[in-house]
Amino acid sequence: MLELTVAIFMLLSLILYALMGGADFGGGMWDLLAVGPRAVRQRKAIAKAIGPIWEANHVWLILVIVLLFTGFPAGFAGMMTALNIPLTAMLIGIVLRGSAFIFRNYDSRSETTQRHWSEVFGIASFCTPFFQGIILGALATGQIRIENGHVVSGFFAGWLTPFALACGVFALGLFAFLAATYLTLDTQDQPDLQNDFRRRALWSGLALVPIAGVVFLASKQGAPEMYNGLTHWWAPLLLAWTSLASIVALVALWRRKFALARIAAISQVTLILVGWCLAQYPNLVTPDLTVSNTHAPKITLRLLILALGIGAVVLLPSLAFLFHLFKGKESR
Amino acid sequence: MTDFFFARSQMAMSLAFHIIFAALGIGMPLLMAIAEGMYLRTSKPVYLDLSKRWSRGTAILFAVGAVSGTVLSFELGLLWPGFMEKAGAIIGMPFSLEGFAFFTEAIFIGVYLYGWNRLSPLMHWFSGLIVAVSGIFSGIFVVTANAWMNAPAGFKMVDGQFTEIDPIAAMLNPASFHEVLHMTLAAFVATGFAVAAVHAFFLLRDRNSLFHRSALGIALAVACVSIPLQILSGDYSARVVGRLQPAKLAAMEAHYRTQMGAPLLIGGNPNDKTRTTDYAISIPRGLSLLLADNPNARVAGLEEFPQSNWPNVRIVHWSFDLMVAAGMAMLALAAWSGWLWWKRQRPADHPRLLIALVAAGPLGFVAIEAGWIVTEVGRQPWIIYGVMRTENAVTPMPGIVAPFVIFTALYFFLAFIVVFLLRRQFVETAGPVSEISATSTHA
Repeated sequence: MLELTVAIFMLLSLILYALMGGADFGGGMWDLLAVGPRAVRQRKAIAKAIGPIWEANHVWLILVIVLLFTGFPAGFAGMMTALNIPLTAMLIGIVLRGSAFIFRNYDSRSETTQRHWSEVFGIASFCTPFFQGIILGALATGQIRIENGHVVSGFFAGWLTPFALACGVFALGLFAFLAATYLTLDTQDQPDLQNDFRRRALWSGLALVPIAGVVFLASKQGAPEMYNGLTHWWAPLLLAWTSLASIVALVALWRRKFALARIAAISQVTLILVGWCLAQYPNLVTPDLTVSNTHAPKITLRLLILALGIGAVVLLPSLAFLFHLFKGKESR
Repeated sequence: MTDFFFARSQMAMSLAFHIIFAALGIGMPLLMAIAEGMYLRTSKPVYLDLSKRWSRGTAILFAVGAVSGTVLSFELGLLWPGFMEKAGAIIGMPFSLEGFAFFTEAIFIGVYLYGWNRLSPLMHWFSGLIVAVSGIFSGIFVVTANAWMNAPAGFKMVDGQFTEIDPIAAMLNPASFHEVLHMTLAAFVATGFAVAAVHAFFLLRDRNSLFHRSALGIALAVACVSIPLQILSGDYSARVVGRLQPAKLAAMEAHYRTQMGAPLLIGGNPNDKTRTTDYAISIPRGLSLLLADNPNARVAGLEEFPQSNWPNVRIVHWSFDLMVAAGMAMLALAAWSGWLWWKRQRPADHPRLLIALVAAGPLGFVAIEAGWIVTEVGRQPWIIYGVMRTENAVTPMPGIVAPFVIFTALYFFLAFIVVFLLRRQFVETAGPVSEISATSTHA
């Protein structure tokens, strides 16, 4: 049960990373894709929306990793070995994205340098979540094999499959949709920009439907265990709720109920990740590494849960304060 | 050259890069908080300008530190999966606590940087204090994990398996206290002297600048208070290392032969074959005196240990001497500044002192880098001292030269941009900063 608790905390951190850090990536994508007469203002709105919060948003990833290597050290070692290449690619994206964003803020030499930093920021915002999707997808393919703690399937197993690549594209779509939906609320005082982001949210939200279909179809061949997981008794239930959330999000965007759209989009992303984890459970790296055969000794898990509980006492009020200060109603 | 070599090089390069930003991430918030506190007390606008200007620099440094720190948390597994598989359960604890401390720091740095117009002055200052304190804590936790690699505790080895794991005992291992103390002070020393150098440089150009004069006062105060403490903590550290890792201490001192009344060797060329250190300055009985307060004490030499368990003596000894020399130079400079300050009752602006301060700007970071080389290269060939050899922890992944080259190039590029941008924060904007910061909150 202890390992399950740590796994649930990991899932929660992953969801929060997707909801916050993921949306920052989406912001970077819309920055790169900004076109038309309002492109400069769109970029400004994006920078303003993520400026105060992005540092904090990205610590969720560190938390996921720390929980993974403390709670499931053998799982961590296996993943880091088998997926060394895509993980390294993702890290390069993380470095370039974070530094380009801050450099752009403080390098005000000319429009051209700003544009260059914008491009680096935007391209890295595409690459990083694409590789994150690939990595999560690869874990489910069943092609990564580990015997006696040694990766025996080489360094290219899993992550180059159509299924993993489809997961990468899906992550891109999901974060773009999430960011555009958030941005409709961040631009309430500028109706023309709000319209731009509403349109982007609607298009990316619609695009998610066929991409999700492709991921599902690819999973039959590409991730059979996960596909079987999705035929469990709870699967239709989760599918129904996820569909409901995405329909509500799209309808709310259409009818300009942006606050409702945000709640629905958040629910949609949460349900997708919960479903993904339920289908993956108990595997960390299908099929050899599981929650039960890689977890740390009980004492470590107990202390970890204790630390998480105490840490949350400091963290949650601080986060609430941060978001209240910059995203609350009176902040505009 | 092997993948093992490149894995070590990549880790060393990543740490050497990150540690500069980590130290500044501990030191800069303190300077900012002092400046803003002075503003709250005196209402002099120069202190407000100062904290705003410093906070712009800190924003850049913090962002680069955050991404390079993220890279490191992955590199632990990407390069050393064998280590993490065994050690994760034992030292994951301080990393988790560090996660929370860093999280708090990241939250409040956002509040601090973007909240100038949204918080009451006192609340704003308070969030700066939280950044400073959580920065210190995140440093403390990470260093305890490193201390464990040097003085492993909190487990038993049975048939090559780690059993009876006690993460608390691992965190409070015998090396934790001295490493934490020495590193935290190092962050204040290095930041203090580096920032003092920047403002001394501008004071040399414009001796009447109130802005740079106030800045130099704060930075120099932090530096002058922390360097004597740092020298004392260094003395304490050496004694602890002598007890916990005698082979490392012997390498630091290039001390091959076990002897009573051992001399202190400064510089020289350690020679593993002849087991002598040629051309060194030798202070008779110095080492015995320093380590045991007894001129005749016995000090174990490297010959007590099989040569396969020696670290690279030259690198460790020279780095150690470099660190000590840098520390002593900074101590002398602090004494000089302190004396002039006391004599004239205001922060010193003697041109020769200002020139010396500019020259000493990098010394704190030179000492940090050299000190980490002593700690980490001195730990070799072990990744967990006496328990697991580094070569047994490395990833089976071939072609590590590729990520090594990529990350090295990437970090050089970032370093170049950071230096360029920091320079601009001071050079181009001569006027008061209030307007710049007001616009940046709406950027």
